[in-house]
Amino acid sequence: MTGPLLKIEKLEASYGHVAALKGVDIEVNAGEIVTLIGANGAGKSTLMMSIFGYPRAQAGRILYDGHDITRVPAHEIAKLRIAQVPEGRRIFSRMTVLENLQMGATVGEPTHFPKDIARVFKLFPRLQERINQRGGTLSGGEQQMLAIGRALMARPRLLLLDEPSLGLAPLLVKQIFRAIRELNERDKLTVFLVEQNAFHALKLAHRGYVMVNGAITLSGPARELLERDEVKSAYLEGGRPAA
Amino acid sequence: MEYFVQQLINGVALGSIYGLIAIGYTMVYGIIGMINFAHGDIFMVGAFVALITFLVLVAIGVTALPLALFLVLLVAMALTALYGWTVERIAYRPLRRSFRLAPLISAIGMSIILQNYVQIAQGARVKPLPPLITGGYTLFESNDFAVQLSNVQILIIWLTFTLMIAFSWMIAKTRLGRDMRACEQDARMASLVGVDTDRTISLTFVIGAALAAVAGMMYLLYYGVADFYIGFIAGVKAFTAAVLGGIGSLPGAMLGGLLIGLIETFWSAYFSVEYKDVAAFAVLIVVLIFLPTGILGRPEIEKV
Ligand SMILES: Nc1ncnc2c1ncn2[C@@H]1O[C@H](COP(=O)(O)OP(=O)(O)O)[C@@H](O)[C@H]1O
Ligand SMILES: [Mg+2]
Repeated sequence: MTGPLLKIEKLEASYGHVAALKGVDIEVNAGEIVTLIGANGAGKSTLMMSIFGYPRAQAGRILYDGHDITRVPAHEIAKLRIAQVPEGRRIFSRMTVLENLQMGATVGEPTHFPKDIARVFKLFPRLQERINQRGGTLSGGEQQMLAIGRALMARPRLLLLDEPSLGLAPLLVKQIFRAIRELNERDKLTVFLVEQNAFHALKLAHRGYVMVNGAITLSGPARELLERDEVKSAYLEGGRPAA
Repeated sequence: MEYFVQQLINGVALGSIYGLIAIGYTMVYGIIGMINFAHGDIFMVGAFVALITFLVLVAIGVTALPLALFLVLLVAMALTALYGWTVERIAYRPLRRSFRLAPLISAIGMSIILQNYVQIAQGARVKPLPPLITGGYTLFESNDFAVQLSNVQILIIWLTFTLMIAFSWMIAKTRLGRDMRACEQDARMASLVGVDTDRTISLTFVIGAALAAVAGMMYLLYYGVADFYIGFIAGVKAFTAAVLGGIGSLPGAMLGGLLIGLIETFWSAYFSVEYKDVAAFAVLIVVLIFLPTGILGRPEIEKV
C-alpha cells in the first residue's frame, strides 16, 4: 500500500492537433522533492496543468494515493490536497494579499485559518506587511511568495511548483528555495518542482526527470543527473553559478 | 426650475430600474465574457410573475399592502431566479467551450423563446395592474407647477438603494462574492484552489435574475402595465447602461443606469417623447465609438 503519492502513467495530451505530452511516466513518492527540468516548450507546464485536467489526458492515467484522478474535475482535485503554484503565478490581481490567501484556503477548514495564515506569514514576513495591498501591485518576488503562500493555505500533501525562480533576483531565488527545503524537511511536504534553473533545482531535489519534446529522456537521483554530460551540456551551461 | 427638479426625480426612479437590470448584464459579462441577451426577457418574466402574484394575493384577500409587496418580492425573485438558472443550464453551459458566437446565438434564441412563451401563456395584449400604491408628497410649488415625489418613486429609490448596499456587501465580504470575483479574474486559477466554477457561474445568473425580478416588480408598480415585449426595450437600455458605466463594473452598472434614466427622462421632457427610445440607442452608439471601456470600466489588459 505504500506506492507513490503521485504516479503518472503514459500520459498523452495535446492542444488541438498538436501533441504536447507523448507518453510521460513520472512518480513522486511521499516526502520527496522531485524536479522536472527541460528546455522552454518541452511540455513541463502542460504536464503540471494536466494533473488538474487542463488539458485533459487523451491517454494514460494519473494516480494520486492509488486513486485514479484522470477525469476528476479540477476543484475536486484541489480537495484532495494537491496545490499548485502555476506558471506565471496567477495571483488574483485585483484582490488583496489577504483575499488571495483566503482563496487559497477554499478547501481548508475554517478553524485552521488563523494558524495557517500565521504559518505563511512566518515563512514570508513580507506578505504580512503587504496584507491589504492588491496582488497586482506586488513586486515579482512578492507575488511568488504570495502564490506559494496561497498554495500552502490549503494544507497540501502535494505541492506543485512551476518555475518559482523565474524572473527573480538571485537572493530571492535563494530565499524561495530555502523555504521549499524547509517545508519539505520540517513539514514533510511532498514537492514536485518544475524548473528551468536546472542547477538549483537538482541541488534541492532528491530525484529528477529531464523532459524533451513532451517525453521523458532521463531520470534518476538528482545528484547523478547533475554529473551527467547530457544534462551538463544542455541545461547547466551558463546556468551554473561561479561559486 | 420646478420642471427640471421634477424630471430629475423621475429620471432617478427610472434609472434605478435600469440600474438593477444592468447589474445582471455586467455580472454575467464579468464572469463568462458573454452578453446574456435573454436578460431583458428575464426582467419581463419577473414583471409577469409579480403581476400574477399580485392578482392572486388580491383574489385570496391579502390586502395589507406591505405584506403583499413583501410576498410578491419574494415570489418574483425566487421564480425568476429559477428562470435565470434554467437559461444558463440549457442555453449557455453546454456551449461554454465552443466557438464564441455560439452562446450569443443561443442567447438570442432564449430571448425569443421567453417572449413567445409569455405571449402565448399570457396573451399579447397589455396587462394592467390596478394602482396599488398611490399618493405622494408635494415637495414645493410655484409658478403653478408642483414638484411631486410619489410613493411609488420613494419605494423604487429606497428599494434599489437597499439592494445595492446589500449586494455590494455580498460581493466584497462574503465567500460567494469572493469566489465570483476570483472566477471573473482567473476562472482556471479559481478552480485550482478548489472553487466550483460551474456552480459560481450558475449563482451569478441566479442573483442577476433575482435583481431583474425586483426591477420587473418596480416597473409594474411604476407604469401599471406589462406586456411580453417590455423586456426588449428595457433590456437594450439596461445593456446600454452597463456599457456606459463600463461593462464588468458593478458601480458602473448603477451609475450607467441612473444616467440612462436621466437622459431618457430629460430627452422626453425637453425634446420629444415619441423619440425617447432613440436617446438610449444614440448613447449606446456614441459610447461604443468614443468610450468603449465606459466610465468606470478598465481597459481589457488582463484577458487572455
Ligand atoms: N494553451 C496552449 N495552446 C496551444 N499550445 C500550447 C499552449 N500551451 C503550451 N502550448 C505548446 O505546448 C508545448 C509545451 O508547452 P509548455 O508546456 O508550456 O512547455 P514548458 O513549460 O516546458 O516551457 C509548446 O510547444 C507550446 O507552444
Ligand atoms: Mg512552462
